[in-house]
Amino acid sequence: MTALRNDAARLGAEGVTVGYADRVVLDNLDVAIPTGVITTVIGPNGCGKSTLLRTLSRLLKPRQGTVLLDGGDIARLKTKDVAKRMGLLPQTPIAPEGLTVADLVARGRHPHQSWVRQWSSDDADVVAKALHMTGVADLAHRPVDSLSGGQRQRVWISMTLAQGTDLLLLDEPTTYLDLAHAIDVIDLVDDLHEGGCTIVMVLHDLNLAVRYSDNLIVMKSGSIVAQGHPSQVITSELLLDTFGLQAKVIDDPVSERPLIVPIGRTHVVSKSDQEPS
Amino acid sequence: MTTAPEAPELHRGVRVGGWSWVWRPWTVLVTVVLAALTFLIFCVSIAVGDFTIELPAVFRTLIGQGERVDEFVVMDLRMPRALIGVIAGVALGISGALTQSIARNALASPDVLGITGGASATAVFVVTAGGGSAIGSAFGLSTAALTGGLLTGLLVYFMAWKKGIDGFRLILIGVSVSAVMQALTTWLLVLADIRDVARAQRWLVGSLDSRSWTEVWASVWIMAVLVVVVLVVAFQMQPMHFGDDVAAGLGVRYSAVRAVLLLCAVLLAGVAVSAAGPVPFVALVAPQIAMRLVRSPVPPVIASGLFGAVLLIGSDLIARTVLPNDLPVGVVTAIIGGPFLLYLLVRSNLRRAA
Repeated sequence: MTALRNDAARLGAEGVTVGYADRVVLDNLDVAIPTGVITTVIGPNGCGKSTLLRTLSRLLKPRQGTVLLDGGDIARLKTKDVAKRMGLLPQTPIAPEGLTVADLVARGRHPHQSWVRQWSSDDADVVAKALHMTGVADLAHRPVDSLSGGQRQRVWISMTLAQGTDLLLLDEPTTYLDLAHAIDVIDLVDDLHEGGCTIVMVLHDLNLAVRYSDNLIVMKSGSIVAQGHPSQVITSELLLDTFGLQAKVIDDPVSERPLIVPIGRTHVVSKSDQEPS
Repeated sequence: MTTAPEAPELHRGVRVGGWSWVWRPWTVLVTVVLAALTFLIFCVSIAVGDFTIELPAVFRTLIGQGERVDEFVVMDLRMPRALIGVIAGVALGISGALTQSIARNALASPDVLGITGGASATAVFVVTAGGGSAIGSAFGLSTAALTGGLLTGLLVYFMAWKKGIDGFRLILIGVSVSAVMQALTTWLLVLADIRDVARAQRWLVGSLDSRSWTEVWASVWIMAVLVVVVLVVAFQMQPMHFGDDVAAGLGVRYSAVRAVLLLCAVLLAGVAVSAAGPVPFVALVAPQIAMRLVRSPVPPVIASGLFGAVLLIGSDLIARTVLPNDLPVGVVTAIIGGPFLLYLLVRSNLRRAA
């Protein structure tokens, strides 16, 4: 397991056990998130990947163990201070009907505001920058509910950026998006990474995860079974063991990453290639 | 990515010393107009009565420069009624705005939370079982209703609590408790002596009749404290409209904020019910109309309170002047509020069909 409290990790967990009611989801788990790269958590449904992300973002309180942010126990930090250091985009945010893009993104400044100081020139600058970085500045005065799914997701990411943190946690940012919009949103996430952000996200689409991540965390039944660069981690054995998926791992013709080609029961032409090498 | 963007005027700030807010001229304008309207109806409501006092004379009396005769009529006879109307209206409006924000549901209101139902059941119980005149002085009735309403509200609140408050659970439990209270009220009315029933009915529709300064001052102080708490805490509520996870991500301890605001909503509704009886629909309708006037995507707290006051004392004024035989105010607010509720329901139906 990766060494903890190293210089490369701003966020990590030590021996966390997390559960709902009488079911333990994460059992005594250690993890460290390397700084400055995109880390993606993958794994089959119900393996605890969202739970891990929610634990790291202190939405869930572990029964045992600690989540460390910049070397300190996240549970002992003030919620507002955590929000100044770490941005979070949950799976199902709600935009009230009629709320404009500009107003939504401006809410991202909340951790920096107080009752007497509800809007400063800093706020205005950061919000304008966040709108531009995510390419939604032209939509600023449109109601969020009038936008397409992809645009809406950009707006939410924009709000998270307005928080002014360089550590972003995204829970399935491409859910419900068609492939073109999913690529568009992930490209944006990659832009943010190029701009110096540390990103942790949960993705369902394995090939997107492989293409865009520098660090993969593979989970199965509440434990981490592999972690590292996609080229090293992704093998057909791992896919079979973890996901129960028969697949071939080939070289991606358009990138320097592996490409997963699933083998189903039907529509497979070359039977001889079916067995994982 | 564009560099050095030409910053579009998205939010202009206003700054007073170290204090700053987003400048929203339309919201300010609507709020000021509503406040002015409240004051105007308040004055007209004082001017109109068995004999009319001219408006300028009302103004002069209010600032302490009126004549002796006017002073007596204005300050002692008519002011308590008008003031209690404003207080109950503001309390109901704010209570409704908070409830709807917390439940993220336009149909949530203190009526749904069981406060009104509990107050009604208690009041009817006091009137019918207490033998009428013994306990049933106006003040005793209000206090009993207030206690019953608050207890029911708190009961709903604690039953809905399950590691925090969930909107749907809150409404479901509120509706169930309200139904029980309503059944209890009906049962008591069926069993009761016919003369007591008449008195109970009178209270049940809500009324601003015969208010004393003692009642007014008690309400004023409780209201003032609650409104200050609400205005301070409401700032923390803003991210909560986006869901609990987003709120937590933005550094809001949403469970605590929600608990405080819901408690305020229960207490405010209690103040209103004890002051004016269970006036229906004001809490439901005022935030919804205020939202549309202010063009805000969420119920605006101050404007909702002011519109609640306009609706309540406006209805009272209409009841006393335009309509024959002095109808109680609750009947008029229901006549205005009922159709509006239907409009909301039908409109959301149509939107879903589209």
